[in-house]
Amino acid sequence: MARSFRDILNSGKFVVTGEIGPPKGTNIDRMLRHIDLLKDKVDALNVTDHQSSVMRFPSIGGALAIVERGGEAILQMTCRDRNRLALQAELLFAYTRGIKNVLCLTGDAVVVGDHKTAKGVFDLDSSQLLRMVRLLESGKDMGGNDLDGAVDFCAGAIVTPEADPPGPQLIKFGKKIDAGAEFFQTQAIYDLDNFRRFMELAKKFKVPVLAGIVLLTSAPMARFMNKNVPGIFVPQPLIDELASAPKGEALKKGVEIAGRMIREIKQEKLCDGVHIMAIGKEETVPDILKAAGMP
Amino acid sequence: MIRSITKQKSFEEISGMLEQASRVFIFGCGTCTTMARTGGLPEVIRMADKLKDAKKTITGWMMLPVACDELTGEALEENRDAIMSAETLLVMTCAFGVQTIAMHLDKPVIPALDTLFIGKEKAPGLFDEICIQCGACVLAYTGGICPVAGCHKGLLNGPCGGTNKGKCEIGSDKDCVWSLIYNKLEKLGRLDLMRVYHPPKNYHVEPQPGKIIIPFDARSEEDGTKL
Repeated sequence: MARSFRDILNSGKFVVTGEIGPPKGTNIDRMLRHIDLLKDKVDALNVTDHQSSVMRFPSIGGALAIVERGGEAILQMTCRDRNRLALQAELLFAYTRGIKNVLCLTGDAVVVGDHKTAKGVFDLDSSQLLRMVRLLESGKDMGGNDLDGAVDFCAGAIVTPEADPPGPQLIKFGKKIDAGAEFFQTQAIYDLDNFRRFMELAKKFKVPVLAGIVLLTSAPMARFMNKNVPGIFVPQPLIDELASAPKGEALKKGVEIAGRMIREIKQEKLCDGVHIMAIGKEETVPDILKAAGMP
Repeated sequence: MIRSITKQKSFEEISGMLEQASRVFIFGCGTCTTMARTGGLPEVIRMADKLKDAKKTITGWMMLPVACDELTGEALEENRDAIMSAETLLVMTCAFGVQTIAMHLDKPVIPALDTLFIGKEKAPGLFDEICIQCGACVLAYTGGICPVAGCHKGLLNGPCGGTNKGKCEIGSDKDCVWSLIYNKLEKLGRLDLMRVYHPPKNYHVEPQPGKIIIPFDARSEEDGTKL
């Protein structure tokens, strides 16, 4: 039997995870193609949960498809759309269907998405959700009742190394570890000097950290992220590098940059692995891995 | 002083609600909506003019000193004739005032304002939400700054990943309350308080609709003090 993601995290191997974004609609062909393309090239695949509060096919549906096709799924679960009853129920269901990993997130605000007038739930936050996973594992629910059959999850969380200011974020990071986070995937990082400084602090906690690699597709996209996405900082030299690419080859340059960053992180053993987010360009992930020198 | 912060509905929406009425009486309030400039004297006069232009008959208007107060009942008596000759009452107070007037009069009430939050005027014209009456106060842990009201998601255990240079992910005009709390606790030398884990909140300390009955002599019974 293949090793579990938890075993891989603790094996000392340089871990690589990828990400699948479910479609808006019932046409799941493209999502299934991405799963088939990536499932054997990475150690596990996240499935996003209405990313940026944009309504889509559910993360649990994507995670089930990964498991059915023989891959390892990381179910992303946010607290934005479900109260504690619904979150617990979904975890019970996920466990019975072979989903063994869950990434616990607070979730983006509803008002940044495409259903701006919807009610944001936020009954729990990410650290409370992590503790809830551990409680379900002990055979109890949040109402104090016994479960007829418990769960067992490798539960992770996220952290933003470029958070500005860093202080509040680091306290939350510590709370997530106390709550039982077994691994962290980070928000996108581009400045390795900043990331090195973050890892000096993070290493003390001895929890595996996978550096977030978001594929840059063009100089305008990089500038847009700098301006609009909290906790993302693309240094000017990288933007210049993208801008210098011949017409129509910015994406190729982005793939090269992502591959180079992964190679540097791996060679320097900066952290325990990477989480590659090729938002909408999942078919480039094998090229990114090739550029990183990882067959 | 806590204030009810309001915003005027669009004239289009108000006109729609008044479609069936030809005779209208208008109420303003001398307290919160005067301060918020949504239902003070100038706004009431402007509304009366606009409705006249829209071919409505204004049977009268009045400024209630504190619309939500019990004395409103007596104030209504003073204008009884003009009020009763209207078909519909247009109320430019917060929802507390609208409901107080509806309790006293059997006439259709139309709110001209939306009540946004209970807040405080921090500087002239600047209103901040500071308490949502959640029933489970955490201010002891947060330097006296409320994350339940001040955080868009009401988070109890620190900021989300959307915090950005001290601002909130929903808009750079809103502070990230967890940055404010962090700065305050740092100043107090009590960042340890921010590391305290808060379990999931009880959202039903007093299940909605809130209702509390306090026995008349509860205080003297509990501590033996005679009032």
